This record gives sequence, C-alpha cells and structure tokens, in this order.
Amino acid sequence: MLTFTGREVWTAIHGMAFGFGFILFFTAALALLLTLQPQLLTAKGLRRNVTLLKISGTAIAVLSWLAVIVGTYIVYPWYRAAPPKGTTDLGSFPRSRLLANSALSGWHNFGMEWKEHLGWLVPIIATAALFLIFRYGEKLVEEKKIRWTLFVIVCIAFVLAGIVGVLGAIITKEAAVV
Amino acid sequence: MSEKIQDGTAAAAILAAGIGLAVTGIASASAEAIAAVGKALVWSKPVGDLSGKTIIGIAAWLVSWLILGLIWRGKDVKFRLVLIVSTVLLAVGVLLTFPPVFELITGG
Repeated sequence: MLTFTGREVWTAIHGMAFGFGFILFFTAALALLLTLQPQLLTAKGLRRNVTLLKISGTAIAVLSWLAVIVGTYIVYPWYRAAPPKGTTDLGSFPRSRLLANSALSGWHNFGMEWKEHLGWLVPIIATAALFLIFRYGEKLVEEKKIRWTLFVIVCIAFVLAGIVGVLGAIITKEAAVV
Repeated sequence: MSEKIQDGTAAAAILAAGIGLAVTGIASASAEAIAAVGKALVWSKPVGDLSGKTIIGIAAWLVSWLILGLIWRGKDVKFRLVLIVSTVLLAVGVLLTFPPVFELITGG
C-alpha cells in the first residue's frame, strides 16, 4: 500500500501545493495583466479583470510566504539535521547524505545553499506586486507605466520561484526528506 | 476615471522591496564570510543562520517601506530612477545569495 510519512506530506505541501499553486496563479495574473488594456475591456470587464487580478495577486503573495515559512521552519530542519555519531544509514539525513557523496555534494553546496536564500526573495517581490495591484486597482488600465512595472515584477518573482522549484525538485530526487 | 494617483507610494513599495532583497543578500554573504556573524544570526537552532539572515532582510524591507512610504506619500518621484536603483538592489540580492559569488568573496 502506498503510504507517506509526515515529513513527506509536509515536503509535498511545501513544494507541490504551495509551489504549483504559485505557478497556477502566476499564469492567471500574467494573463489578466496582459489583457488589462482600455481597448480590450468594457467597464464591466475591467471590474471583473481587476477583481480576478486581486485574487491571483493575493494567492501568489500568500502562497509564496507559506512556501518559505513551511520550507524553512518545518521541512528544512529535517533536511539539515545532523546524524547521531556512528550513524551509517544516512537515509533520514538528506544534507549529510548529499555531502557524503562527492558526486552529489554540489546539490547541497550549490543547490540548497542558493535555494534556501533565493526563496526568501520571492515573497518580498510578490508582496510589492500585490500592493501595486490594490493601490491602483482599476486605475491600472490607465497607468501603463505601473502596469508594465507590475508585469516585470511578477515575472521576476516567477523566474526566482522557478529556479527555487527546480533546485528543490532535483534535491528531493537525490535526497528526499523522509 | 477619477484623479491620478501619485507614484510615490508605488515607488516606495518597489524600492523597499529592493532594499529587502539586497540586505538579505548582504546578510547571507556576511554570514558566510565572517564566522562570528554567521553564529550571531542563528536565531533558531533547528534552522541555523538562515533564520537571522532572512528576518534581518524582512525587517529592512518593512522599515524602509514604512519610511519611504511616509516620505513619498502623495508625491510624484523620479520613478525611472527608482526602478533602476531597485533593479541594482535586486541584482545585489540575487548575486550575494549565489554560492559561487559568496564563495568568491569568502575565498571558499
């Protein structure tokens, strides 16, 4: 029977629920931003577009905060826990398992080292984007400068989150938290 | 549509985010370069120095946002300059968290 440990469930929540959720709502936000142009929307369409943009922007910010908080304070301590002296089976100690193998140590020294820091930049950027969405609301349709700034900010958050996600997936493949 | 919104509050949010990113990067590189700093940033034992580095970055972001927001509220600012400075701060944040770069700095 297929079973999951508590640690695997939390890792899945961190990476799949929050991570994939972020990507899902990023796609929505991007599409809504690109269609937020006066010639494409009626007054009613604009209201609906901005409401959906507020929902997707909120989801992006909330999911990115949840991902880093759960990742750092719940999953990461399991990842970096030092094995007791004399432990030969490093299966439950992913960091030590990676470092013990010269072919895999780069996934900690480069992959996890970058991911653990880079991940924290994403919610800060996503929150700034969310602020702009709520500050301007329907006026975004008139403010081309702010709209394009918002577009770039959201894309930067996505690129950084993408790097973090890919590194996380590879590290989990090589040394899962179990 | 109603009257124009001054871009000061938007600029404050963007620049403050850039400051938060840069401070997180600087804290990360400092913790790697100076062992005592790394030790001092262990604010949660299970998490290690990542706890201190990120909390400092978030504090810098929120405090700078509050200050800039108050200064620039209801004003128009040099938005293009704010974007350029914020981009540089973003680059600082990303580069200083990039292991090959902070290893170069620390000689590691």
